[in-house]
Amino acid sequence: MIVKVNKLDFYYGKFQALIDVNLEAKKNEITALIGPSGCGKSTFLRCLNRMNDLIEGTRTTGEIFVEGENILDPNTDLVKLRKKVGMVFQRPNPFPLSVFENIAFGPRVHHLAKGKELEEIVRQSLEAVLLWDKLKDQLSRNALTLSLEAQQRLCIARLIAVKPDILLMDEPCSALDPVSTQRVEELMQILKQDYSILIVTHNMQQAARVSGFTGFFLLGKLIEFDITGRIFTAPRDRRTEDYITGRYG
Amino acid sequence: MKNLFEFIVEKAIFLSGAASIIFVVLIFIFLLKEGLALFGEVNFFAFLFGQNWYPISDPPQFGILPLIMGSVFVTFGAIVIAVPLGLAAAIYISEVAPHSIRGFLKSGIELLAAIPSIVLGFIGIIFLAPLLKNIFHLGSGLTALAGSIMLAFMALPTIVSIIEDAIVSVPRSYKEGALALGATHWQAIYRVTIPAAASGILAAVMLGIGRVVGETMAVLMITGNAAIMPTSLLQPVRTLTATVAAEMGEAVSGSSHYYSLFAIGIVLFIISFIINIFADIFLHRSKAMKRRKK
Ligand SMILES: Nc1ncnc2c1ncn2[C@@H]1O[C@H](COP(=O)(O)OP(=O)(O)OP(=O)(O)O)[C@@H](O)[C@H]1O
Ligand SMILES: [Mg+2]
Repeated sequence: MIVKVNKLDFYYGKFQALIDVNLEAKKNEITALIGPSGCGKSTFLRCLNRMNDLIEGTRTTGEIFVEGENILDPNTDLVKLRKKVGMVFQRPNPFPLSVFENIAFGPRVHHLAKGKELEEIVRQSLEAVLLWDKLKDQLSRNALTLSLEAQQRLCIARLIAVKPDILLMDEPCSALDPVSTQRVEELMQILKQDYSILIVTHNMQQAARVSGFTGFFLLGKLIEFDITGRIFTAPRDRRTEDYITGRYG
Repeated sequence: MKNLFEFIVEKAIFLSGAASIIFVVLIFIFLLKEGLALFGEVNFFAFLFGQNWYPISDPPQFGILPLIMGSVFVTFGAIVIAVPLGLAAAIYISEVAPHSIRGFLKSGIELLAAIPSIVLGFIGIIFLAPLLKNIFHLGSGLTALAGSIMLAFMALPTIVSIIEDAIVSVPRSYKEGALALGATHWQAIYRVTIPAAASGILAAVMLGIGRVVGETMAVLMITGNAAIMPTSLLQPVRTLTATVAAEMGEAVSGSSHYYSLFAIGIVLFIISFIINIFADIFLHRSKAMKRRKK
């Protein structure tokens, strides 16, 4: 188990957004999180790299073990944690810098490489997201001029450059068209050989297609967590069944 | 009745709008007419690149290069001081300072803009000049550097508020992306936020330069007023503006000296025009980013 969550409660001020969440995610597996809007999927994901710390007045209790370490421990080194647990956002958010600088950002921040070595990391990262052939002669191009799909791939490459273990993806395809979505899904299948992925999605077909395990959230609670095939064919909970058959909207 | 009223209001507004443009054009024409009259007697290049400004000796010499260099030295010094300070202040206000004191700091900086330049000139003469004199062992502290320091304070409010605006309009998602990659707050600021705010920062620099080049009173008081070619910031200099202000009273109307001061006016006009164009271009780019954010 690469991620193990025990009795997680999360509060925005007085509002409890996550209620007693328990979940285990396997290494080199894609774990999908589904549920209606506002049920706490993004909040949960942002607990795993402690991005919620940036929001004032939030409070987290319980335990989250990432590779055996409780990251809710106040002594956790956030720089190391976020190097290990990378995040892809809903809207592609490349920096307004060149393609090269976008990918070099992480290695530079973590002092991983310089010069030739850095160029090699940039090449490998772009290859990993299947962008190298397209962009190898355009490394100085401003990343904001790329297509949305290429931007999202670049954001994934940017993470890969710091060699994380876990990729958190919050609706990574929701800004993309169906063809781009399919290609990014194919990319996820390749990436899962080297990384453990947790993906939030609104799209149940997507969850069914890409993931090995699926969790269903409702109103801050993890209602059901199981092998994806079982969630979609034989859910144990009525509410899960209602959701996947479209009765929640 | 109502229509007549609207008609009058509409025309009045139109006239006041047109008036501002007409005045600018009139001023420019006047400036051209008086300034260009000089070039009947004085060669244009001898004016612009001549190294001697002796307007009342016999024969007079009207080389303004020492004055241009005086302005350049003072401006350069002021910008070198004001931009790093302004950038640091803007970063502190927008990214570091607790919310509760942000407004307080901003009004403090705006207050700086409200200090009359003559007061800054006084402070310069009384405190700054003696201080520089002692530090650098100079004959007199009234130097280009003294002018640069005082003007830096004058330019600071403009620079801080424009940079602050530029930083605040950088999309949050950039910074989130950087932090999610494990960057520290500072790394996110200097590697992502600052480059993203570059156009706004350049606009601030341009407007700061405009503010400094045009300033007259304080530089007249504290730069030592020697129209010689400067070679260092520790020398007395005289700027374009200070020359006009100092000599307008004594120049005989209709003389070459009189026309030469208007010609200096034209040079100043052109300089500010160019600076404003650049500032405008950068501000536009910065606004374009702000729109993208929404
Ligand atoms: N910064 C915040 N401050 C206060 N409440 C918040 C904040 N962010 C989210 N919430 C609330 O927490 C709950 C869970 O939000 P969250 O964004 O995690 O939902 P989600 O499942 O990701 O929804 P969506 O599918 O729309 O992205 C919602 O009720 C939301 O209103
Ligand atoms: Mg969400």
